[in-house]
Amino acid sequence: MYTQSFSVADGATPGAAKPAATPLRNEDAALQAHFDTVIDADGKIEPRDWMPDAYRKTLVRQISQHAHSEIVGMLPEGNWISRAPSLKRKAILIAKVQDEGGHGLYLYSAAETLGTSRDQMLDALHTGKAKYSSIFNYPTLNWADVGVIGWLVDGAAIMNQIPLCRCSYGPYARAMIRVCKEESFHQRQGYEALLVMMQGTAEQKAMVQDAVNRYWWKCLAMFGPPDADSPNSVQGMRWGIKRIGNDDLRQKFVDATVPQAEVLGVTLPDPDLKWNEARGHWDYGQIDWDEFWATVNGHGPMNQERLATRVKAHEQGAWVREAALAHARKQQQRQQKEAA
Amino acid sequence: MNAPALKEWPLWEVFVRSKQGLEHKHCGSLHASDARHALQMARDVYTRRQEGVSIWVVPSTAITASEPDSKDSFFDPAADKIYRHPTFYEIPDKVGHM
Amino acid sequence: MKAPIDYLLHLADNALVLGQRNAEWCGHGPILEEDLALANNSLDLIGQARLLYQHAAELINSNASLAQRFAHLQGARQDGRVTEDTLAYFRDTAEFRNHTLMELPHHGPLVGYAVSERDYAVTIARNFLVSALMVLMWDSLRASKDEQLAAIAAKSLKEVRYHLQHAGDWLVRFGDGTEESHRRAQNAIDLLLPYCEAFWHPGPAESAAAQDGTGVDILSLREHWNALVNETLAEATLTRHDQPHPGYIAQGHTGIHSEHLGFLLAEMQSLARAHPTAVW
Repeated sequence: MYTQSFSVADGATPGAAKPAATPLRNEDAALQAHFDTVIDADGKIEPRDWMPDAYRKTLVRQISQHAHSEIVGMLPEGNWISRAPSLKRKAILIAKVQDEGGHGLYLYSAAETLGTSRDQMLDALHTGKAKYSSIFNYPTLNWADVGVIGWLVDGAAIMNQIPLCRCSYGPYARAMIRVCKEESFHQRQGYEALLVMMQGTAEQKAMVQDAVNRYWWKCLAMFGPPDADSPNSVQGMRWGIKRIGNDDLRQKFVDATVPQAEVLGVTLPDPDLKWNEARGHWDYGQIDWDEFWATVNGHGPMNQERLATRVKAHEQGAWVREAALAHARKQQQRQQKEAA
Repeated sequence: MNAPALKEWPLWEVFVRSKQGLEHKHCGSLHASDARHALQMARDVYTRRQEGVSIWVVPSTAITASEPDSKDSFFDPAADKIYRHPTFYEIPDKVGHM
Repeated sequence: MKAPIDYLLHLADNALVLGQRNAEWCGHGPILEEDLALANNSLDLIGQARLLYQHAAELINSNASLAQRFAHLQGARQDGRVTEDTLAYFRDTAEFRNHTLMELPHHGPLVGYAVSERDYAVTIARNFLVSALMVLMWDSLRASKDEQLAAIAAKSLKEVRYHLQHAGDWLVRFGDGTEESHRRAQNAIDLLLPYCEAFWHPGPAESAAAQDGTGVDILSLREHWNALVNETLAEATLTRHDQPHPGYIAQGHTGIHSEHLGFLLAEMQSLARAHPTAVW
C-alpha cells in the first residue's frame, strides 16, 4: 500500500553510479530479445519466463519493500486501536490495519514467485538491509493522525499504486489490482473521519490541523526525489515497473488534494502553495530533502522503534511457528505409520 | 524415518471459487503448517470470510508446471516446479547452508 | 419482549473486553497470518458488542426508569439519548459486567500494574475456553424471547464457531507441538480454568433472563462445555488440574473485577472521555 516510487539500492547512497552490464551469451541474447519484445508490447512476464537478473533483483527488492511497508504501516495506525474514541471508529481502524496486513501477504506471495522466501525477506528487513516506506518512521500523536494517514498517505500511495496495476510482472500486477480495490475505501474512510471532526468541537478541529501540519510535507516527499536525482527511474520505466515519474505523480497528488483540503477547511502548511494559471497546476514550496534522506537512512524519529517492534514480534513468535511445524511433523509421521 | 527439518512453514497456493458455477481461480499463496491451517488462513486472507465460497489449498511443491513458450533449455533445470524457490526443496540439516 | 438490561450489558461487555484484548496483537502477532486471524476475531467480537450495546441503548431510551438509572452517563449522547458509545466509554469499572476471564492480560499472574511479555498461549487458551462457552450460549439464545437478541445470537453463532475452531486447532498444535509450546499451553490452562468457574455462578441478571425466557439456563450448558473442553485438551495432550475446592470464584460479571480492568478501560476510554460531547 505504501510504496516509495523510487527505488534505493539496498545500502547504496543516492546518485551512486550503476555497475556496467556484463555482455550476454548468444542464447541469453535471444532470450533477452524475446523478453524485450514482450515488454515493448506491454505484455506480461510470468514467474517461469526468462528474465534478466537485474529485472528479477529489482522486482524482488521493490515488491518486498512494498510488502514490508504494509507490515510496518500497521504500527502507526495500530497505535490508536485501543484508544479509538467510538466503537465504529475502532472497528473501522482494526479492519483497515487488517487489510494492510493482508496486502503485505499478497505482496510477499508475489515476491516469492521470483525465487525468494518469506524468511529471507524478513531477515533483510530485520537486519536493516531492506527498506520500507519512510513515512512510517513518523509518530502518530493524536487521533486525527489516523484520518490524515487515510486521506494523505493512502492518497499518495494510491497514486503510486494504480500505475503498478499495469506493471509488466504478472503476479505483482495482479496483487496490485487486489490491493487497489481495497485501498480507495481506506482513503475515503480517513477523509470522512476528518470531515466529521472538522464539523465538531474546537479541540477536534485543532487536532486535525495539527495532524495536517505534521504530515503534509512528509507525504509530498513520499513520491521520491525529483526524477533527475533518481538513478533507477529510467530502467524501471523501461521495464514497465515504474510508469510515471516522481514529479508528475507528486504534482497530480497536490492538484487532487488542494481542493479536498478546502472542503475540509484545513490549511495546508505551505506559504508557497499557489495556483499557476499558465501551467494549469498548483505551485508548491521546497521539500526538505535532507530531512527525507536522513529518515530514509535510519535517522528519523522512530526508525529504531518501528524496526525493533517488528524484530521483537518475530523473535517472540518463534516458539509458535516451531510448535506448528512440530505438530505438523508429528501428524505426518502418524499418518505414515498408519498407512504402513 | 526423519523428515528433513523445515525452518519455515511450507508455502501453499490458494484457489478460490467465489460463486457456484464459476471455476476456482488462483489468487496467491500463503505459509501454513498443514492443510487445515492453510484453509483457515486462506479463508481469512483471500476471502475475508465471505460465505458460500469454495477454497482449495495445494502445497506449492505439489504443482507441476509446463514449460514457458520462449524457452528451450535455458531456464531453471530444477524442474517443472512453479517457482525457482530456494527453500522449496528441503535440504537435510547435515548439508548445512546452501 | 426484551432481555434484562444487565444481561445485555453482560453479553456486550464480554464481547467488547475480549475484543479489546485480542486487538492488542495487531501488528505484533507471531506470524503475519495470525495477525489477520486475530484481527478478524476481534472485529467479530466488537461487532457483536455494538449490536448488543445498541439494543441496550434502545431499551434504556424507551424506558423511563432505565433512563433514570443511566442518567449519570452524559457522554456520547445523541439528542440527549444514550448511544452504544455512552455505554462503552462512559461507564466506570464497577459498572462493567464482563467475566473476569475476558479482562486478563495475555500473560501469567501478575498485579495490574506489573509489566510482562504477551504469551500467545494464554491468548489462545482463553479464546478456546470462551468460544466453547459462547458456541453453546449463542446456540441457545437463538430461541430467546427477545427477538433482537435471538437475531444477534444467530449471527454470532456463525462467527464463534470459527473462533472455536481456530483456537482449538492452535491449542492442539501447542499441546502436541514442542516441549516449550506444551509447557506454555499447560500453564495457560492451569491459569485460566479457575476463572471459568464463574460461568456456573450466574449473577442476578443472568438468572432473571433465564427465568423470563430471554436468556439461558447456564447450568444446563455445563456438561456439554466440559465435554468440548476435555476432548480438545485430550487431543492436545494437556491435563486438567481441577481443584477439589474451587477457591475464589471470579466476580467480574457482578461488577467486582480484577485489577486489570481499570487499566484496560483507562486506555480504552481516555480519548472519548476527554471530549464527552464530540461526535467522531
